[in-house]
Amino acid sequence: MDTKVIKPEAEGRGDRTLKIVGTSPVRPDGVPKVTGLARYGADYALPGMLWGAILRSPHAHARIRSIDSSKASALPGVKAVITSADFPEQKYEFVGPERVAINFWHMTRNVMAREKVLYEGHALAAVAATSKIIAEAALRLIEVDYEVLPHVIDVDEAMQPGAPLLFEDMITRGIDPPPNEASNIAKRIEFSIGDLDAGFAAADEIVEMNFKTAPVHQGYIEPHACLARFDNKGQGEIWAASQGHFVVRAFTARLLDMNIGDVLVHPAEIGGGFGGKTVIYVEPLAAALSRKSGHPVKIMMSREDVFKATGPTSGASMTVRIGVKRDGKLVAADGVFKFQAGAFPGSPVMNATMCGFAPYNIPNVRSVGYDVVCNRPKSAAYRAPGSPISAYAVESVMDAVAAKIGMDPLQFRLVNACRTGTPTVWGPKHAHDGCAETLKALLAHPAYAAPLGRNQGRGVASGFWFNNGGESSATVHVNEDGTVVVATGSMDIGGSRASMAIMAAETLGIEYEDVRAIVADTASIGYTHVTGGSRVTYATGIAVVEACRKVITELCARAAMIWSVEKDQVSWEDGSARRAGAGKHEPLSLKAIAAKRALTGGPIGAEASVNAGGAAPGFASELCDVEVDTETGSVKILRFVVAQDVGRAIHRSYVEGQMEGGAVQGIGWALNEAYVYDDAGHLLNAGFLDYRIPVASDLPMIETVLVEVPNPNHPFGAKGAGEVNIVPVMAAVANAINNAIGRRMTELPMSPPKVLAAIHTAPGK
Amino acid sequence: MSEILYEAPKTLEAAVALLAGAGGQARVLAGGTDLLIQMRAGRVVPGLLVDIKGIVEMTTIVAENGGFRFGAAASCMELVEHQAFAREWPGVTDAVKLIGSVQVKGRATVGGNLCNASPAADSVPALIAAGAVARIVGPGGTREARVEDIPAGPGRTTLADGEIVVSLFLPPRPARSGDAYLRFTPRTEMDIAVVGAGVNLTLDETGVCTHARVSLGAVAERALLVPEAAAALIGSKVDEGALGRLAAAASAACRPIADKRGTREFRVEVAGVLARRAAGIALDRARRKG
Repeated sequence: MDTKVIKPEAEGRGDRTLKIVGTSPVRPDGVPKVTGLARYGADYALPGMLWGAILRSPHAHARIRSIDSSKASALPGVKAVITSADFPEQKYEFVGPERVAINFWHMTRNVMAREKVLYEGHALAAVAATSKIIAEAALRLIEVDYEVLPHVIDVDEAMQPGAPLLFEDMITRGIDPPPNEASNIAKRIEFSIGDLDAGFAAADEIVEMNFKTAPVHQGYIEPHACLARFDNKGQGEIWAASQGHFVVRAFTARLLDMNIGDVLVHPAEIGGGFGGKTVIYVEPLAAALSRKSGHPVKIMMSREDVFKATGPTSGASMTVRIGVKRDGKLVAADGVFKFQAGAFPGSPVMNATMCGFAPYNIPNVRSVGYDVVCNRPKSAAYRAPGSPISAYAVESVMDAVAAKIGMDPLQFRLVNACRTGTPTVWGPKHAHDGCAETLKALLAHPAYAAPLGRNQGRGVASGFWFNNGGESSATVHVNEDGTVVVATGSMDIGGSRASMAIMAAETLGIEYEDVRAIVADTASIGYTHVTGGSRVTYATGIAVVEACRKVITELCARAAMIWSVEKDQVSWEDGSARRAGAGKHEPLSLKAIAAKRALTGGPIGAEASVNAGGAAPGFASELCDVEVDTETGSVKILRFVVAQDVGRAIHRSYVEGQMEGGAVQGIGWALNEAYVYDDAGHLLNAGFLDYRIPVASDLPMIETVLVEVPNPNHPFGAKGAGEVNIVPVMAAVANAINNAIGRRMTELPMSPPKVLAAIHTAPGK
Repeated sequence: MSEILYEAPKTLEAAVALLAGAGGQARVLAGGTDLLIQMRAGRVVPGLLVDIKGIVEMTTIVAENGGFRFGAAASCMELVEHQAFAREWPGVTDAVKLIGSVQVKGRATVGGNLCNASPAADSVPALIAAGAVARIVGPGGTREARVEDIPAGPGRTTLADGEIVVSLFLPPRPARSGDAYLRFTPRTEMDIAVVGAGVNLTLDETGVCTHARVSLGAVAERALLVPEAAAALIGSKVDEGALGRLAAAASAACRPIADKRGTREFRVEVAGVLARRAAGIALDRARRKG
């Protein structure tokens, strides 16, 4: 693999040399996964288990006049039927930070429709029966009286006055005074700094363009699946693959009106999430069926269910205008971002408005967002939610601006790159570098100077993602043979067991192979937030290191006891307790101390729970070479380079894998992925055959450049590495196509029919 | 709950008797790569599955009268790995190679690809261009039919109740013959043709095309034989002018639908492009067999 590592600053923190951090030891999840031993959500079973099946709406928008499930209930083998009547009503309120606010009134309606079905595939009843076949037969016996309503799929159409309303009384939030009329616009947000009009007035050149993007699915290979059981005291257990079993627990308890402590969630191995498994779908239904029937109940989605009823990220309609001085300094930028939320409010448009212009130092900026409901599945998080969408628009315009003033597109970005202290449109100043370093890494990369052939083109783009910290818990236990168990509450979707083991081994001074990292269930470890926002290596890593440090303190105390010296006489170096100054005692290794634990006070272990602040954002700059078949409109990706600031890579090949994966998902988004609906709002391509994520032969080997600008707030300098890699991809591909054929593609996906149609039009300016 | 019977007869006669006795409720099971998916989706609910993979003449590949005869239930992998066949019919082989993954090809069959009657089936335009003839057995005895006469429309064939395609015969080839098949898909593999084009041609000693057949897939309700496109090549040296006329004739023959896989305009245009490109490959292959 062609990997470069760039360390713009002198080696990290202090003089300490790292032994394991930054290497690529064997991943602990690898062998179980490739030998079929790993247990995913669908792999769990219990005696007496029933199969759950879900009745889904055939209509894009309809009022539910009545549901008659008496025939289904009477079918032999059917043990329970549930509808929304089995779930308590929730209060209408938005809770939590605005960027990720939750409204349980919406959530309960998304998992089980109440007054209306709002998209094809919307769940409205569920059955538990002794076999899958009986459960499915029972669904066909449920009689639903629908009043079919006009529907709306497109975001611009949904915003029009007179559009069919999903919620007849929804008044747009964020407008003062609030509008009198209900609409599909759930929220308007606006950020601004400086004086926009003055900025544009001072500009020598201004470029404005409109863009549209299609909603795209996260495309995880594992469909949602879970097993739930209840005991006769009303306590429940759930086995489910998710990106956060504590969140599954909290949401399920809330929707079923249970105490959080009465729900125990076991983390199953996860077959991909990319943000889409931070929410719940089948878990409360399986739990409700289990509670009602008294049996364990298993529910597995089909791929069709996944496409029709689980979150894609938003499609969008956007306008971006950028003003620049002839010398290349940006003076003004304005963006309007209209996002499809799907059937319930909560698109990632706020992220989009914040991230779009974040890589650059622009004195006058306005960024406006609209969160718009329409008759599609509710959007869910997808890898740097929102940021890739606004970046597609912003970075396409940046490319056009650079061309207009005759400047190299990377140099243009470098001149304007944000640094520590650069203001952001949402208020605080950037607190970390990294943006310019990724641009310099691409400028220095041989790919940037490589020659191009006929119908070939090169594009570049940059991107920003917040990254996150937050609540995490870890325990570290020393076994009697000197091996160590590290448990965390973080679901491992991107290699966290490996990175936690590395950080623990590095901190304790022992071998990586002597550390076993596991993911503990919700009753066995402290609260840990979702594996999302690229937060785990950072926040859970801090918890692990903190617990290791507590263990080291204890190990030193045990050594002091063995040596009969004061604790402050003992220090921990290189995996052993050492007595300060004197050479009288040989150092005591962790293994030697562990062997004497019973004599020196019993089990050795520690727990740490943190709410980690100080996460540093991710920046990425990427290069794409394409070749366009001008007779078919087909675009071939010839080369793709990802330069990303990762702070410091803990497990190197896992970090490379994240960067490659983000690029690949972005390439699919750029070229082929889209939902195809008929006039009645039915999804026509609910499967991987016609929802075209890339296959291996569509792709070159993705080249990765690990830029390492350490985050001083993390013990090893780590920054979240999972998400920002996808942010620049669609713009980089679009800019490369423009470079190849002189056509600016302003609508995703840039599929062959669209590219061919563009070739038949006159070349752009 | 409905019941499905499964039978695996060892002879053609037994298979025909089973099918004829099922009152239209039977389906022939070859590789199952289409049928099982349709059953799982509830699109077909057969009462009887007749598995034909145990019938010898349906699963063997043999030389016959200077040509090749292969069983309709021979797996695609057996066919693409048959070196003598691949040398003689590289275009048909290319088409069969495009069906699904290696794993799918290990089960899928060319007879199934034909009888599933998808307008986008990859092997069908290549077989039509090759002039393949199907042997069909049914309650009324044995008959032969050209491949282009078997599909009738999406999911429909001209086969009578109880009839089975037993084998496909590819005729002996004159010297200086070549064939090619190309398809357009948004992805490089694991995809369904948006347009497919098969070309088979023969040159004389001076390089003039004496015989040509051109077939298009996914641009009509079934794969089309396009004699007008072939006529553009016959009598020419397959030069730029002839190729241009071929492309125009191919586009003119299209009567596609617009669907989730492509627009009408796109299919019409790309059909001409692919026919021209396939003819270029067939020409190269024919010249190398001079």
